[in-house]
Amino acid sequence: MTEPTLTEPTLRNAESPPVLDVRGLWKVFGPNPGRAVRSTLSSAELKEQTGCVAAVRDVSFAVRPGEVFVVMGLSGSGKSTLVRCLTRLIEPTAGEVLLDGENIGKADARRLRELRRHRLAMVFQNFGLLPHRCVLDNVGYGLEIRGSAKAERYARAREVLELVGLTGFETYYPDQLSGGMQQRVGLARALAVDPEVLLFDEPFSALDPLIRREMQNEVIRLHHEVGKTMVFITHDLSEALKLGDRILIMRDGELVQLGTPDEVVGAPADDYVKDFVSEVPKAQVLTLRWIMRDPRPDEPLDGPELAPDVVIQDAARSVLQADRPIRVVADGKLLGLVTGTEVIETMTSGDQ
Amino acid sequence: MAVLSLRPRPAVRRWLPAVVIAAWLACWPLLNGRDTLPLAGSDLTSLHRWINARWDTIDNSRSGNPFFHYFIGAIRTGLDAAVTFAQALISQPSFGRPVPVLGWLGVVAVATAIAFLYANLRMALLTAASFVAFGVLGLWQQSMDTLSITLVAVTCSLAIGIPLGIWAGVSDRFDRVVTPVLDIMQTMPTFVYLAPLTLFFLIGPASATIATMIYAIPPCIRLTSHGIREVSPATLEASTSLGATEWQSLRKVRLPLAKQAMVVGINQTMMAALSMVTIAALIDSPGLGQTVYQTLQKMDIGTAFNGGLALVIMAIMLDRVTSAASRRVERTRRAGRLRSSAYRRWKRPAALTVAAVLCYLSYTYVWAAVFPTLGDTSSYVPRAAAATSAWVQNHLAGFTGALKNLLTYGMLNPFESLLTGTPWWLALVVAVSVAALLVGFRTAAIVAVGLVLLVVLGLWQDSMVTLASTLVATFLVMVLGLFFGVWMGRSDRVDTLLRPLLDAGQTMPAFVYLVPVLGLFGATRFTAIIAAVAYAAPASIKLVAEGIRAVAPAAVEAATSAGSTVGQLIFKVQLPMARRAVTLATSQGLIYVLAMVVVGGMVGAGALGYDVVAGFSQTALRGKGLAAGVSIVVLGLMLDRVMRAVAHRVELAAHGPADRGADGGH
Ligand SMILES: Nc1ncnc2c1ncn2[C@@H]1O[C@H](COP(=O)(O)OP(=O)(O)OP(=O)(O)O)[C@@H](O)[C@H]1O
Ligand SMILES: [Mg+2]
Repeated sequence: MTEPTLTEPTLRNAESPPVLDVRGLWKVFGPNPGRAVRSTLSSAELKEQTGCVAAVRDVSFAVRPGEVFVVMGLSGSGKSTLVRCLTRLIEPTAGEVLLDGENIGKADARRLRELRRHRLAMVFQNFGLLPHRCVLDNVGYGLEIRGSAKAERYARAREVLELVGLTGFETYYPDQLSGGMQQRVGLARALAVDPEVLLFDEPFSALDPLIRREMQNEVIRLHHEVGKTMVFITHDLSEALKLGDRILIMRDGELVQLGTPDEVVGAPADDYVKDFVSEVPKAQVLTLRWIMRDPRPDEPLDGPELAPDVVIQDAARSVLQADRPIRVVADGKLLGLVTGTEVIETMTSGDQ
Repeated sequence: MAVLSLRPRPAVRRWLPAVVIAAWLACWPLLNGRDTLPLAGSDLTSLHRWINARWDTIDNSRSGNPFFHYFIGAIRTGLDAAVTFAQALISQPSFGRPVPVLGWLGVVAVATAIAFLYANLRMALLTAASFVAFGVLGLWQQSMDTLSITLVAVTCSLAIGIPLGIWAGVSDRFDRVVTPVLDIMQTMPTFVYLAPLTLFFLIGPASATIATMIYAIPPCIRLTSHGIREVSPATLEASTSLGATEWQSLRKVRLPLAKQAMVVGINQTMMAALSMVTIAALIDSPGLGQTVYQTLQKMDIGTAFNGGLALVIMAIMLDRVTSAASRRVERTRRAGRLRSSAYRRWKRPAALTVAAVLCYLSYTYVWAAVFPTLGDTSSYVPRAAAATSAWVQNHLAGFTGALKNLLTYGMLNPFESLLTGTPWWLALVVAVSVAALLVGFRTAAIVAVGLVLLVVLGLWQDSMVTLASTLVATFLVMVLGLFFGVWMGRSDRVDTLLRPLLDAGQTMPAFVYLVPVLGLFGATRFTAIIAAVAYAAPASIKLVAEGIRAVAPAAVEAATSAGSTVGQLIFKVQLPMARRAVTLATSQGLIYVLAMVVVGGMVGAGALGYDVVAGFSQTALRGKGLAAGVSIVVLGLMLDRVMRAVAHRVELAAHGPADRGADGGH
């Protein structure tokens, strides 16, 4: 494998307290939004009866420290609204957002600014760069508004620019940069304030596929280097699978499924998710755990051993070359068997 | 409601307006001349006499009344002092010296240095040449007077306009309050502020400055607010997401991004101010306006042309320099980081040093203080202009006379006698019912209120004369606007040829238009109409051209591929699709025309404009002049509202079929 991946340490810090804890979040746009909260009407009925749009309906989740948490859904499913509610760029209609146990909804204007200046930083789909400032001043902006001195701010900005590979472009203006470079500036600006949580709202969807891949790898690399907690919005499933430790799938403002990439692909919660993942080459996402089966009475139990979280595609060669079933073993215990039949089934099923 | 009125009208309603108008024309010979409320030049109604009396009371109580004494008096004294100070610096003998503080050389040096530092070398040369031209034309002092009062007015306008503009940019509520006020300020012909202002601030520089500010502040507020609002919400959100306060976002994001729009605002404010300062000659504002106004009254075309030329030069200079400065805002910002050192190191000090040395010279030596008279340069232009005018009037009289007669007898006279000969109550009935049938009841109500006000103000017949001139001139403007606008919109070559001319035309102070037209046609109503057409046409042509250009190329291509002729393309595709631009061009043209037809009052257009001017010069006519001013406002607002309503209808009608289609689908 040439590309780094985040999917191996799947349940990172599963037991430590969450950084972000979102409980029963609602955002309703329209007249008298409070009335629409907790209604069980479908979105079309709600629109008809109250003239309101429920962009986020009763969403709860917890993001663990150091995790890359991906929110995915089709256009209009409420992803941007959700992520903006986390820093109250959009005021939630109901529900709580706890950052390290502190209720962000209760913070007054000053406290909220403090949180935004030091603990949460956001990267935008359209970059949101300040067109009248050069790269260095863009990256230093977050530090500038919290009052740090010029020399210190420039030093830090240079440091971060080096991290994202933009050294030498300090005096350029945003419109002199390519889209990918602009988003690196956006990324650098968010990193410069050294936040605890990075929020990404579809940061790469305005970029072409090659640059997008490059930027995804960049995020993975940065995640390895600085180890920040990230909430990452995307409508691109392959991006979600590639980056996410866990994936939250939304439809019409509602949470449909929350799980690890292989859970989402292997056990889609409903037809909506199934549709979503139908195009995914399952063999690249699922592990042996998903295709192993109980041994049949007549099968030999002396084949080669493999661990349950080996990705099917990686195991394929050994499985197909072995003349007897592969044993899936964890902690010395036999979990099940895998033969060429199962592997070939998974590898071909994605095409249907 | 809107949806209801979109339903296809019954055929009866469609031809009812025509029936009403036909009935009016049929009645006209019978009722002609009855109840037309005429009022001779020196006659007054009781309302006018009442205003006169109130005015006298105010005049007499001026010193005793604390409001006048402390509030109005303080503003007046302050502004007068500011203008006097500016004049002392550059135009009038001051501080016990026989010459101003800065002589001509010093002024040229300072102005050139400013143009060099804020614009570029070419603009610096243009500035130097313009200032020298003022001297060569023999109008140095008048030009400096105009410049002083313009600068004071612009400074005050910016000091008020920019903060208000920022506020309107940030606060939706304030924006909603201020926008209609600005609309009214800009709809009213400049002329009409003058009378009420002199009531409070007396005749002189203070009134002139305030009148100028009223006219010059709106573009400043609008452009500042527009610049601030234009900042993309995404950029602002990014700033907020990093924890910026409102104030930080304003100072570090919105203001810097609005800077260019603000400099454009300064440009427009300056042009508006210059235009108004000249008109304020009517209330004794000093400077070139006086030169033009006084010589126009004496029909001394040569000298008036001289003054007009100086005004044109000043307008072009101010416009070019401020536009160049606004374009530079962007470039300096970018280059600043890299180039500022060289710039700071020698260019700026060098320019400032040279200017300082020249200032010192002009302070100390007479040759640098008083513009030298080199031979007889100053009478050259007046003589040439007078000779040209005389030649034209002698030799081209056949042509100009024919044009004049054609329009006067063919259009203006019949239309005017129709309007002035109709009994006022019949005019009211006809106008209100046509408005109700064609536009809607709200508009009909506005028309009714407007016309009744005109009756009450006692100047019905004068109002009808002005209305006739305005409508005829607007018609001519639209003929020109459609012809040249379509041509410009369809041909890039014509566009590049005409646009600079139109731009130049739009920067001229209104007053200037009167001079050459007067030279060609002498003092008649017709002169005012032609001046108004010349004044209003550039804006309308440009609007139509923009509308034609905005028509989707795909639609034009489709029509062409379907085999349309050029005529079909224009009349069936481009003009219908540009109808919004065309209605806008008409309403803009109407407002401009009204403003100018009124100014034409002083060169023979008579009617309301004349009443206003007479009010300034004769105490007994002050009340009537004020009533005439109010009548102009009523006419302007009424026409403006009607045009807006019509434009709205046109818009609805254009989208109507689509709406109905959507309704039908359900
Ligand atoms: N300010 C607003 N007022 C009213 N409705 C809104 C507003 N913002 C968003 N919505 C509605 O909320 C819903 C969710 O919008 P949102 O922008 O969060 O979707 P999204 O998942 O981010 O979509 P995309 O992938 O296109 O960015 C949409 O139906 C949208 O119309
Ligand atoms: Mg979005």
